[in-house]
Formats: sequence, C-alpha cells, structure tokens
Amino acid sequence: MLLEVENLRVSYGHIKALHGISFKVDEGEIVCIIGANGAGKSTTLRALSRMVDVEEGTKMLFNGKDMLKYKPEKVVSELGISHVPEGRRLFGNLTVLENLKLATFARKDKENIKKDMERMFSIFPRLEERRHQEAETLSGGEQQMLAVARAFMSAKKVMLLDEPSMGLAPKLMLSMFDSLAEISREGTTILLVEQNARLALKFARRGYVLEVGNLVLQGDSKDLLNNPEVKKAYLGG
Amino acid sequence: MSLMTFLLQNVLNALQWGSFYAIIALGYAMVYSILMLFNFAHGDIFMAGSYIGFGIATGLLYLVTSGIIAMPHWLILVLTIILSMFVTSFLGILVERIGYRPLRNAPRASAAITGLMIGIILETANLALLGAKRRGFPALITQKVYTIGGAFVTNRKILVVVVSIGLMLLLDQFVRKTKWGMAMRAMSYDFVVVPLMGVSIDIIAPLTFAIGSALAAAGGVLYGISYPVLNPYMGIIIGWKAFVAAILGGRGSIMGAALAGFLLGFIEIFVATVFPSTLRDLIAFSIVLVILTFRPYGFFGKPYSAKLRL
Repeated sequence: MLLEVENLRVSYGHIKALHGISFKVDEGEIVCIIGANGAGKSTTLRALSRMVDVEEGTKMLFNGKDMLKYKPEKVVSELGISHVPEGRRLFGNLTVLENLKLATFARKDKENIKKDMERMFSIFPRLEERRHQEAETLSGGEQQMLAVARAFMSAKKVMLLDEPSMGLAPKLMLSMFDSLAEISREGTTILLVEQNARLALKFARRGYVLEVGNLVLQGDSKDLLNNPEVKKAYLGG
Repeated sequence: MSLMTFLLQNVLNALQWGSFYAIIALGYAMVYSILMLFNFAHGDIFMAGSYIGFGIATGLLYLVTSGIIAMPHWLILVLTIILSMFVTSFLGILVERIGYRPLRNAPRASAAITGLMIGIILETANLALLGAKRRGFPALITQKVYTIGGAFVTNRKILVVVVSIGLMLLLDQFVRKTKWGMAMRAMSYDFVVVPLMGVSIDIIAPLTFAIGSALAAAGGVLYGISYPVLNPYMGIIIGWKAFVAAILGGRGSIMGAALAGFLLGFIEIFVATVFPSTLRDLIAFSIVLVILTFRPYGFFGKPYSAKLRL
C-alpha cells in the first residue's frame, strides 16, 4: 500500500473537523473522496500535506514511512506528494514559467525538470503560449491548468487534488479531467476530493464518502454510483 | 548663486540623505512583504552594522599601521563595507531565529513589541559592552570636494549615493532573477502555500532578514563615513524615518520603499533650505501625513492583501 491513513483526527480549536477517518491508496490508483461542503475533504488533504496539525492517535504512512515526521516542504520534496490546494492559490505576481520553476526549487533530480516541463506544456499547450504572462491575468481554466502543472513540477509520485472542477464551465471541467487521466496514466497516483460526485466517481476507480468528519461509505466507484444513498444525497436522486 | 546651482546643490544633498532612508527602508519592506510584520529592531540593526563596520575598519587600520599587512585605504573601505554586511547579516538571522520565528503564529502585536524589545536589547547591549563613550568612525577616505555646475559635492557623498544605488540594483536583480528571489516574491503573495512548493519558509525568512540587515549595515558604514560620530541610539530616529518611507512606498513594495526613501530625503533637504532647520521634521512629516491622506496605501501598495490562511 502506498498511502495508509488510520484514525486521522483534526480539530480547529474546539471544532472537530475529522473524527478519526481511515483510508488507503494504492500505487497508481485514482481514488476520490466525495462529500458536501464542510465535510472535511480539504482538511483531509491538508493533513496529508502536514499543513494542519493532527491529533494524538493519528497514523499516516507513506511507503511505510511515518508521514508525521515530515515537515510540509519535505512531504513534497522527499516523499514526492504534491498538492493542488483549494482555490488554486497560484502566485499571481509570478509568471506562468516562474510558478512552474518555483515548484522545482527543492528538486534533486535536476536532469528531469526540463522533460517534466515539456510534458506539462504538451498536456496544457495554453500554458506554454502564456508562459511569460503573470498568473493573475490567466482565465479560470488556465489557472486550474497551471495549478495542476505546478503541483506536478513539485512532485509527481502522488498528487492530491482539491476540487479541480471548481469554477470551471462543464466543457473545461471535462477536458481538465482528461488531462488528469493522462497524468495518471504515466504513473502519478491521484487522490482527489470533489463536491461534484458524479464527475469524481466516473474518473476515479475507488471512492470514499465523507460526511461531517466521518467516512460513511467506501467502495468501487461504479458501486457507489449505483448506491441508492449516494444517489439520493450526492447525485441528485 | 544661480537658481540652477541652488537646485543642483540641494538635489545632490537630497540624493545622499535619501540614500540612507532608502537603504534602511528596503529592510523594513522586505521583511514586511514576506512575513507581514515590521521588524522594529531594524533601525538598531543599522546602528549595530555601523558599529561592526567601525570595529572592522579600526581593526584593519591597526593591522595596516602596525605593518602586519599592507593594503591601500580604498581596499580597507571596500573590505569594511563587505565584511560588515556579511557579519551583520548573521545578526539579522539571529533576530529572526530568536525573536520572530517562535512568534510566527502569535498575534501581530506580540511580534511588533518583540522588535521593539530586540531594539532596546541591541542598544543597551552596545552600551554595556562598549560604554557610553561616543566612537569616531575612522576616516577611510580623505575628503575631496568637487564642483559640478557650481554645486559642491564631496567624494564621500558620491560614495554614499553610488554604493546605495548599486546595492539596490543588485537587490532588484536578485529578487527578479534568482530562485530565492522568486521564492521571496511568491511568499509575499501567498506565504501559506509556499511549503507546498517544497520551499521551506525557515530558509526564506532568515534569508530575507540577512539581506535586509546586510543592506542596513552598508547604510551604517556609509553613515559612519559621512557623519563619523557613533552612539548606541543613532538608529532610532533614522530607523523610524525609514519605516515611514517603507509605509509611504506601499507596505511590502521593495522598490516603492527605496523611492519613498529618496523622496523623504528630498522633502527634508528642501524644507531645510527654505525654513529654519528646527522646523524641518515638523514640516517634512506634515507633508508626509498629507500624502498619506490622499494615498493611504502608499505609492505602490495594494488596497488588500491576497494572503489568507489555508
């Protein structure tokens, strides 16, 4: 198992965000966590990236290594886990190229950087066209492309994706997921959290359903798509 | 004296005087832009840099006069500037490590008083170590006076302006072209997600303090060469004025701070030529107040910051 999480607990002050959830992601998989707004999806990814503190009793293993021993920047540079954060969070004052280059700041495999950059430009040709433009000036779709490309440049073993569909028109959404599938095919493991359950379950092989801090359902995506409870709560009946 | 000569003379004076504000203001602006806090100890780091320069210059002069090593005076000057910048950068790193890092998630007010306390510590430590006696900065270059278009300018003034502007251009290149500069700019936009790039804030923050402190030290040495009497409190007023310049430039705008530093120099010098010098600061800062009324975010500041907690 590539990623094993057991009893993940997170609180913000007195508010409990995650009540001890457990899940696994295998190498090369695409796994999604679906749930409503405020269910704790983003918190789960932030915990994996070590951006929020977890509570006593939490176990997170990556390739058998205790993730709790890693600082946020080391999760990226040493474990190889990248994170596309909620709301993209690009550096708007940097150009497209600078955003991508900054992501390679701590990479040790300098010889592969050029190849990865070319690959991102072949998946997202728009980014190459706009490489000298400041990220602030990009359209929503282009910003999402840059957020994904930037994460890929920072680390590509695993990519954590926080709502890549957010704010995108349906057509852009679909092409974004095509691009993600392409990235996955070449060996990047993907853990995705999404409010758009239908889209996420069609894209992922397995899924988990998160409800106010607890994982209530899990299984193969096609089973979840046919599950009456999921249908009722997340797929509009 | 013709009007042109009069203007030229004051422009030259203002450039030199503004150089000090500008080079100190850069340190305030750099730290603010990445950590959203003002390092109120920065004026005292300028003072410390001046004393460190004094120590290095005195030491080098001693080695030369006692015949242990031979080097020309210009080399002593260059070495004094470079070594003071180097040594003082470690003081900046220390201030970040001891004073600010433990308080990174503390309320802003705690960080602000930390700066004030570190400032007082630096002043009183200086007093305790070196005593209250004022120190004379060694004259590393013999003063020469040149006339340009009827205006007088000394080689020391030229040195101050050339070195300050040179360092600012270097900083500009550093921030725009290197990956560390890129990380600093990224951090100024959104410091929360910087670690997701594999970049440690614990490298970029001390680096920023180090560079700001090195610049303040260069300012301190240049100041010592221009006004050779040092005392432990010399950084307070000039530090506050540079802070005003940093705000006037637009919080966090590095080049804005430098330009506002020069502007403040110009305002002070020109006010002093028209009014009695006792009224200088009164009038100069009233002008600044009026400017801020119309440009509350300074010249290059943005009305809001993109920074949010993740």
